[in-house]
Amino acid sequence: MPQVMDADRMGRALTRIAHEILERNGNQRGTSDLALVGIRTRGVPLARRIALSLKDIAHTDVPTGALDITLYRDDLMRHAVGPQPLVRRTEIPFSIDDKRILLVDDVLYTGRTIRSALDALIDFGRPRSIQLIVLVDRGHRELPIKADYVGKNLPTSPKQSVQVRLQEIDGEDDVLLQGDAI
Amino acid sequence: MLKSRHLLGIADLASEEISLILDTAEAMKEIAARPIKKVPTLRGRTVVNLFFEPSTRTRISFEVAEKRLSADTLSVAIAQSSVTKGETLLDTVRNLEAMAPDMIVMRHASSGAPHLLARLCRSVIINAGDGMHEHPTQALLDAFTIRERKKRLDGLKVAIVGDLLHSRVLRSNVHLLNRMGADVWACAPATLMPADLARFGVRPTTSIDEAVDGADVIMMLRIQHERMHGHFIPSTREYYSLFGLTAERARRAKEDVIIMHPGPMNRGVEIDSDVADGPYSVILEQVANGVAVRMAVLYLLAGQEGEAD
Repeated sequence: MPQVMDADRMGRALTRIAHEILERNGNQRGTSDLALVGIRTRGVPLARRIALSLKDIAHTDVPTGALDITLYRDDLMRHAVGPQPLVRRTEIPFSIDDKRILLVDDVLYTGRTIRSALDALIDFGRPRSIQLIVLVDRGHRELPIKADYVGKNLPTSPKQSVQVRLQEIDGEDDVLLQGDAI
Repeated sequence: MLKSRHLLGIADLASEEISLILDTAEAMKEIAARPIKKVPTLRGRTVVNLFFEPSTRTRISFEVAEKRLSADTLSVAIAQSSVTKGETLLDTVRNLEAMAPDMIVMRHASSGAPHLLARLCRSVIINAGDGMHEHPTQALLDAFTIRERKKRLDGLKVAIVGDLLHSRVLRSNVHLLNRMGADVWACAPATLMPADLARFGVRPTTSIDEAVDGADVIMMLRIQHERMHGHFIPSTREYYSLFGLTAERARRAKEDVIIMHPGPMNRGVEIDSDVADGPYSVILEQVANGVAVRMAVLYLLAGQEGEAD
């Protein structure tokens, strides 16, 4: 199974994203109104790592939350019958009102997860802005959604599957591309 | 996933299904803390709350749970319905079904009434209490409250004290706590003790001191005057002096005991006000948790609407 990103490159991509965040958001208001929100499952450890990078580089503590989007999915209960997807806890231990939210996910594909996440976030308050961070953008959008920070652009076919593995959940850091390109 | 498309009783649930409901309820509980306490999950679904017996807590709890999940809800109060004009249960429900609801939450004075509907209707049926049989969502919210406080269910000593004979809450709790590995003690006067309780893995006793001794959880049940056709207790005063939970009696339990009551309470009969309002009481937490548990049940069953048995 071809590996398209190893631990080293993943680390560098996340550090680069942290620098880009500071470049884009650092000057006018400082970083005091930034907050990271990771989408469960793998967006959460990614958000924590970006928070650590931001602390290393700019000595700034950015609050970090976890968002579960299951109850906002647009495909819930559209299938005839089947087990309901597991709902897990959303933990956003700060007010998002007037914050600049950095939303984090592992793979950007159709954009439907992000659409759900935007709806969910708005139920928590009215952020000043929402920016999107993804480790991998694999294309094939079905909604008008675009990432602000991308770890790696990965051209894929819809038949392939992209698997991000993270130390915190899977025991190792890499990105795998499965299936044929045709 | 849940194996059945209805929730009729705890007796039908495996321990993994109980855990799934409790885990899902944990996620649901957070929604109550949001500025907008609503998720779009059951948009466009219709839930009918059909209460053939008076209920405040359970009915309102279901209504709040349904609204938090964005379902359309309607509650039928039987005093104002055609039932008072002589319509049968099945006719009432078939007429409601003609309006195509997705789920029916039902409370009925006859044991087994929701099982009858489940066999004969298209809708998903949730039992909100049937006669003296089961009250599954009550047992689930009790378990949720215990698990939240004690971090586990297995190995806990749970004393259930009160009018056990008429209690559907007892039956559902016995099934659930047994399945999850708790050590269940049941205490009542001999006249209010169901026969053969020991067969269900419960330890029956007529001594509240013995039941409460070293308990992690004390669950007090109401004296159900409305179901008592005959003389089961000499007087509520005598009942209080022999079986009422006082602060002094509660001291025999573990230091971190939690005291529960499904409501409505008869203060000064089965429970002293000092205990009900005291630091060990989790009675109002039970009510808050009821909404989260019912949201979990509605969500998990909504996935199985299309299925036929």
